[in-house]
Amino acid sequence: MSSRARKAVGRNVLRKEGHDKVTGAARYIDDLTFPGLLHARTIRSTIPAGEIVKVRFKGDRAGFTLVDHHDIPGRNIVALIDEDQPCLAERKIRHVAEPILLLVHEDREKLRAADVQIEYRPSTPNYDPERSAITFKKIAIDKGDLDAGFAAADVIVEGEYRTGLQEQLYIETNGVIAVPGSSVAGAAGGITVYGSMQCPYYVHRALVILLGLPAGKVRVIQTETGGGFGGKEEYPSMMAGHAALAALKTGRPVKLVYDRVEDMLATTKRHPSIVRHRTGVTRDGRLTAIDIDAVLDGGAYATLSAVVLSRGMIHAAGPYRCDHIRIRGRATMTNTPPNGAFRGFGAPQTQFAAEVHMDRIAERLGLDPVRVREINALRPGDTTATGQRLGKDSSALQVLREAVTRTGFRKRRRALAGTNRGIGLSLFFHGSGFTGAGEVKLAAKASLALTHKGARIHVASTEIGQGTRTMLAQIVADALGVRYDDVDVNAADTGEVPDSGPTVASRTCMIVGRILERCAEEMRARLGRLTPRQYLRAFGPLVITKQYERPAGMVWDDTVYKGDAYGSYGWGCDVVEVEVDRDTYEVRPTAFTTVHEIGKAIHPMLAVGQIEGGSAQGLGYAILEDVVMRDGRMANATLTNYIIPTSLDTPPMQVVLLENPYPHGPSGAKGVGEMPIDGPAPAVINALRHAGFDLREIPATPERVMLTSSVESTQRTPRTPRKSQAWV
Amino acid sequence: MLRDEGPLVPMAGCTDLYVALNFGTLTETRFLDLWRLDALRTIAIREGALSIGALATHTDLIRSPLVRRRLPMLAAAASEIGGVQIQNRGTLGGNVANASPAGDTLPVLAAADATVVLRGAGATRRVPFSSFYTGYRRTVRRPDELIVSFEIAPIRGRQRFRKVGTRAAQAISKVVMAVIAGETPRIAVGSVAPTVVRARRTEAALAAGASVAEAQRLLLDEIAPIDDIRSTAEYRRRVTANLLARLLAPRSA
Repeated sequence: MSSRARKAVGRNVLRKEGHDKVTGAARYIDDLTFPGLLHARTIRSTIPAGEIVKVRFKGDRAGFTLVDHHDIPGRNIVALIDEDQPCLAERKIRHVAEPILLLVHEDREKLRAADVQIEYRPSTPNYDPERSAITFKKIAIDKGDLDAGFAAADVIVEGEYRTGLQEQLYIETNGVIAVPGSSVAGAAGGITVYGSMQCPYYVHRALVILLGLPAGKVRVIQTETGGGFGGKEEYPSMMAGHAALAALKTGRPVKLVYDRVEDMLATTKRHPSIVRHRTGVTRDGRLTAIDIDAVLDGGAYATLSAVVLSRGMIHAAGPYRCDHIRIRGRATMTNTPPNGAFRGFGAPQTQFAAEVHMDRIAERLGLDPVRVREINALRPGDTTATGQRLGKDSSALQVLREAVTRTGFRKRRRALAGTNRGIGLSLFFHGSGFTGAGEVKLAAKASLALTHKGARIHVASTEIGQGTRTMLAQIVADALGVRYDDVDVNAADTGEVPDSGPTVASRTCMIVGRILERCAEEMRARLGRLTPRQYLRAFGPLVITKQYERPAGMVWDDTVYKGDAYGSYGWGCDVVEVEVDRDTYEVRPTAFTTVHEIGKAIHPMLAVGQIEGGSAQGLGYAILEDVVMRDGRMANATLTNYIIPTSLDTPPMQVVLLENPYPHGPSGAKGVGEMPIDGPAPAVINALRHAGFDLREIPATPERVMLTSSVESTQRTPRTPRKSQAWV
Repeated sequence: MLRDEGPLVPMAGCTDLYVALNFGTLTETRFLDLWRLDALRTIAIREGALSIGALATHTDLIRSPLVRRRLPMLAAAASEIGGVQIQNRGTLGGNVANASPAGDTLPVLAAADATVVLRGAGATRRVPFSSFYTGYRRTVRRPDELIVSFEIAPIRGRQRFRKVGTRAAQAISKVVMAVIAGETPRIAVGSVAPTVVRARRTEAALAAGASVAEAQRLLLDEIAPIDDIRSTAEYRRRVTANLLARLLAPRSA
């Protein structure tokens, strides 16, 4: 084959689905219909804790089908990690908006008007994750000798930091359609589920277990998806189960699409956190001991809390070198809707604490925030908290220095001192791919099929707005030596594609992209001098399937949390300037610069888009986004009252990409999707500290800033002092 | 029809109505669409007063040279309502009739001493804006009446407006204030009581030479804010006091 094709990687090629999205031709789940389609509505608990006593349907039942847990042919669980969450509640209620039964009718209006009353025996709910009787998961990370580390310290700095819930707020709400009797084999008794989702094979597995069907009779097809941010990682498994049960009971296709209020009330959010730091440091700024204790609020069921906690704890010490580290984390149960995956997956919470704490350490030592980070930033050859020895692509110092230079940080800091404005920075990292042995266990597969012009990609990795199809096609095009336009991407349909794993954890480019690159390399070798057309004529169809291979030397011990937690890390540094309105306490970010080292930008425009979007979402997390919970229920579950940034709330952004290739990523690429949300919150809070406002909690709403300013001139105490300990 | 066939809900831009419909809180089922009554969209000077038709949209207000010259604080308020789509559909009459205490044009009309012109099958009556609201989301408009226009006499003094929303745009007010600073100050505040507050005692004290600090204290006695999902009573009180000082200041931001 010729290699005349112009390189696609590194170029801003047209998005594969861009034309359809821009012209409105793209069809999302609620655009689809099927003959005989019925609609479903979920009847949910209105209490946070207790038992169901009686369910009563009031009025005319004509045309309605009711589906409850008795209709489940397999096991009544949403299969994920633990098996604690029922697909439909049987008796016990653990949170508001827990699904109890489904109403099915052909008329959406009648469905909406139907009146189902549920009688409960309520019990006392618990909303405090620190007082929970149920711990979903505990994690302990130990490095060196903590006592020795503190003994070597001149100063000990302590602090407690809190983060709140955050809603993913994808633009398209969750939705699925289940169609009976159209499984892969076309056999009766099967089910096909279409939907807006990140992880078709998660949904597939959950359906097999819920319905008690053989895998071949269950087919899951992702439809064009309007955003996910983690919010469509696990929840679609439950919804698909609901729609499938209804479809199997009625023998007709059933559509289940949430409106915005239901989506916000019922689906997962980012885990709130309480993180306490106790840090030993020498007078000249060297970290000698890091002691961290963290609690994540898991909500009512385990869902993904164990792995959110894991990623959170591995990132908890921040991108810093220290010989003596102790990290203790737990995720506990409360009577609120389960919290789950959200871009960053625990790391934004713990790195918020680490980075705000780092500025307080600098303040305590009289060092500037850049200097204390320069001294301690992880360098190639250093080891992380889990003992992972970092490779040459470790770029903490590089991103820090680039950001400081680009913004004239020190000069700006002096210039703004004493005004109602401040400048702050944050240094952060983010592991790409599943944690520890996760990728080995997952054993993701990807396939490449030869076509007359080039190749067709077969993966379950989903396009959810981030550019999966485009970026994977670029990687394949270059490795195969064909034009980008001659590589197409199969639908993420479990009937047609292998399980390349979930579209999460910043793994799609680095892990799945690399598997496809290997497929393409082998295909190119097989083709030799033949064109695809010639090969197909001579030898018939050619499909290459490859599985994930662990890079040589990568070791992880899950029992002691030691080793190579991730194949590689991306590195980032954010600098933000804020202005505080002295009359209204409103915090306005006025300038934002971020430096991201991501190995290789396969598609620079998409990479910058991910970074800008993630940063805006991070600024929202820092300043605006406040889930108001009352009696276990989200009280502001509307777009009017759950406040995310508009373009007027978002400052001009300067995004700087750096590339230190990771040897085992496609063209050297690492993950980029999640990291941008790690940095903005601590950078904003550090800028507020510079402006004279000592916050330890996000979001920095005007109401919270106002209370901080009232103690600003007196003693600096946290907003919610704890009883037994004085956190300085 | 309004009189004989039972209550009809007047609708124009529907920017509030559809919200209620979407939430399932809209109980009414009969509506009267006013949208095409262009005669109610006129902005003009009549007998020295600025007359604004009830169906003037927020965009109309922002673009009107008359409004910008005579009542710039109304143009300022209109430009902070919703986004462009809402501004193109939402009307001044609708904002007033909806009677939300957070309505952004309400403090402007209150401070401007506007007159609400109501027309029924029988007659037209003029109600001072300060007597238009009788309680939370309640007005003196009778079921067989429509708001047809607002009349605003010329204003002497510097007009100031500040909305404190939950974000920079597309936000509902947590505190919204209109002030006419001058020899006889006029002050109105929204989102701090069941209806928009016209702070007459504070105005009187200022006219009599009270200090800003004294005025702030008095103003806090005239409002009754609450904690809700958007903010806290304490925040609303402190910001109301701070804004008064800012808007009374000779050069205000």
